[in-house]
Amino acid sequence: MKQVKQYIFPLAFLIFIGFSYTLNFTVGKQIGLNFWIFLKEMLLFLPMMFILIGLFDVWVPREKIEKHIGKESGWKGTGLVILLATLQAGPLYGAFPFAYILWKKGCSIRNVFIYLGAFSTIKIPMITFEIGFLGLKFSLLRTLITLPVFIIIGYIMEGYLKDKNFEVTSP
Amino acid sequence: MIELSIFTIGCLIVSILFDLKKTMKGIKGGLAMFIKLLPVLLFMLALVSIVLFLIPEKTLIRFMGNDAGFTGWLIAGMLGSVALIPGFIAYPLCGILIKSGVSYGIIAVFITTLMMVGIITLPIEAKFFGWKISILRNVLSFIGALLVGFLMTLFL
Repeated sequence: MKQVKQYIFPLAFLIFIGFSYTLNFTVGKQIGLNFWIFLKEMLLFLPMMFILIGLFDVWVPREKIEKHIGKESGWKGTGLVILLATLQAGPLYGAFPFAYILWKKGCSIRNVFIYLGAFSTIKIPMITFEIGFLGLKFSLLRTLITLPVFIIIGYIMEGYLKDKNFEVTSP
Repeated sequence: MIELSIFTIGCLIVSILFDLKKTMKGIKGGLAMFIKLLPVLLFMLALVSIVLFLIPEKTLIRFMGNDAGFTGWLIAGMLGSVALIPGFIAYPLCGILIKSGVSYGIIAVFITTLMMVGIITLPIEAKFFGWKISILRNVLSFIGALLVGFLMTLFL
């Protein structure tokens, strides 16, 4: 039932777009066009990402993750998780499911949040783009300044959640 | 996108060669998660397409214009938090903003919030982390973004 309820808004939205097109309602048509651009990107990108997440889940053993980026992994673990994040691509909401898998496999709280920070701000494919439009100096500085900022956020989150039975849940 | 497709297909082939059963289990698990998230994703995309219609690029430029006071920073941060613009659109836009006189600090705040803070994606984040933690992460990231912008102005 809950699953059905969740579709009410998207359905109403689609009906609105449908009517906009048949009645030639410009505002609705423009919104529909925006929606289509985003949907296309999402439908091309996300299924592949989720397949990769599924494969990662069945192939990478828990002990490996726990040892390298788990609670006792220290600075090396942080470096590793940042490296992992920068090599990926896609919007932030694509990182949440992967963060969940990392957590499930024993990645520490700190490293989960550092992963999210690195994923969102210093993805290498995006950096090349940034350099092209804003210059090397800007990109380099932004990366170097942002790095400690989200590492600190990781530490704050860990400190806050340490004794709170925190869990990343599957949707 | 092409790189990702090649990478995914490559991984799938290697995985199938090693163990077909395990591969199928992985694909099933991944896609099940995707289907569970789908309604929230559609909800978000519908919302984004409406918001993007209401706030076109020209408005963005006007709001962050030459006014480099603290309000300009806050507006840049808030716009970045609400907006959901993919990088390949955001960077050219920022290039235009710089040319029209917006300071590097404000651009840094806008880019950082754009990437780290997601108010519209909050319902998705909450599915994994819960509302309280998601809001906390976003608030911390917002403060962090202002800090990044401030430090940038010291160097640029």
